[in-house]
Amino acid sequence: MNFTNFGRYILLLKSVFRRPEKLKIYLKEIAKQMDYVGVGSLGLIAIISTFIGAVMTLQIAFQLVSDFIPKTIIGSVNRDSSILELSPTISAIVLAGKIGSAISSEIGSMRVTEQIDALEIMGINAPGYLILPKIISGITMVPMLVIISMFLSITGGYIGGSVSGAVTPAEYIQGITTDFNPYTITVALVKAFVFGFIITSVPAYEGFYVRGGALEVSQASTRAVVISCISILACDYIVTQLLL
Amino acid sequence: MIEIKDIYKSFSGNNVLKGISGKFEEGVTNLIIGGSGSGKTTLLKCMVGLHQPDSGSVLYDGRDFTPMSYEQRIEVRKEIGMLFQGSALFDSMTVEENIMFPLNMFTDQTRSEKIDRVNFCLERVNLAGKNKLFPAELSGGMKKRVGIARAISMNPKYLFCDEPNSGLDPKTSIVIDELIQEITEEYKTTTIVVTHDMNSVMGIGDYILFLHEGKKFWEGSNKEIAHTDIKELNDFVFASRFMKAAKDKF
Repeated sequence: MNFTNFGRYILLLKSVFRRPEKLKIYLKEIAKQMDYVGVGSLGLIAIISTFIGAVMTLQIAFQLVSDFIPKTIIGSVNRDSSILELSPTISAIVLAGKIGSAISSEIGSMRVTEQIDALEIMGINAPGYLILPKIISGITMVPMLVIISMFLSITGGYIGGSVSGAVTPAEYIQGITTDFNPYTITVALVKAFVFGFIITSVPAYEGFYVRGGALEVSQASTRAVVISCISILACDYIVTQLLL
Repeated sequence: MIEIKDIYKSFSGNNVLKGISGKFEEGVTNLIIGGSGSGKTTLLKCMVGLHQPDSGSVLYDGRDFTPMSYEQRIEVRKEIGMLFQGSALFDSMTVEENIMFPLNMFTDQTRSEKIDRVNFCLERVNLAGKNKLFPAELSGGMKKRVGIARAISMNPKYLFCDEPNSGLDPKTSIVIDELIQEITEEYKTTTIVVTHDMNSVMGIGDYILFLHEGKKFWEGSNKEIAHTDIKELNDFVFASRFMKAAKDKF
């Protein structure tokens, strides 16, 4: 995203946050988007988080070669890695692929078939009607998905450790309950909020300014996912630097 | 009445509109005609505010639209209905929801009042009973008619139609043309149709504005169009053998 695009992105966001024409219709649309972003992504996030947690346990156990390090550390490392990094970031990147491409394609298709022009002609604030519900659903549902992801990732670690014998259930439980710092949850939720905003607003921008036809819509969709992923990683670093 | 004064518009240094002026009266079907790339769709988009003209003004019953703020434009746009070239129906909504959409946004009508209005509009375009169909289930002509139904749902004062006959067979094109003309006369709307369909020109062109290379070359009615000696206009209108053969009979 160069400076011109960034400027247009900011101007688009300004239009997005104009006063809604009719709140009731916007609320209905927000509920629809929350269902799509939240409930629709639950299965994918659950599977990915559980397996990542399980794999993490095995890999940490593999790297703990010293007998001087207690095995309870496996639980602690898994917990902190899941909460601080894996759940927010991996979930966000997966969601950028799933939701980001869908948002970009949907809005891009509406642009090339003149549906956005039709909204404008009717006197409706098209950016507000199309993008605001998606952003609100992103910033509310992505943190919820991340919370579920944290829980499942830690649970996945428990299952992986128990099944493989890499760590006993008692050691793992002791590990995840020792020296827990609740602030890590706050950091993760701040990240999830920021990522939720990126996942929805960047693809919406890419879709909104598509010119051309089907080819350009697909190119915008690809660009949306790539830019979202890079933005997520950059913001991940910035938020971590600021909050930890 | 809509009046345009000295409209200029360029894209990346390419002058598309070069000082177009004209008056479009209410209750008559006004046509903007011209070949591909002549600037007619750009002119239409400048008139409805989808493009901002470089200079010039668009007056809706004396109200200058071009310098208006976003909020002021919203008020004018509530009086505008538009039929798009590809119909621009919302894919995710049924026919009923498409027509009801502006009513939901801008009126406080009850659901039954809105349903009555939807049914009235659908009957008006001869599509009664098609409420629950999705746009993907409609033919091209039906989509256009739903587009018209949506455009008239808010009782617009101004009706814009961008290439209403594109992609339609001649018979369906005539149905759409007649529908536009009937609605114009019935509701006394100021109707502006962008077209290059000669059947429309001869059938419903009460007032015609001919554009060529971004300039206004001619204006008049369909009764006068066959009797001009403007080469560019004759080349455009009588391009086909059929029209050449029929010229003498006009």
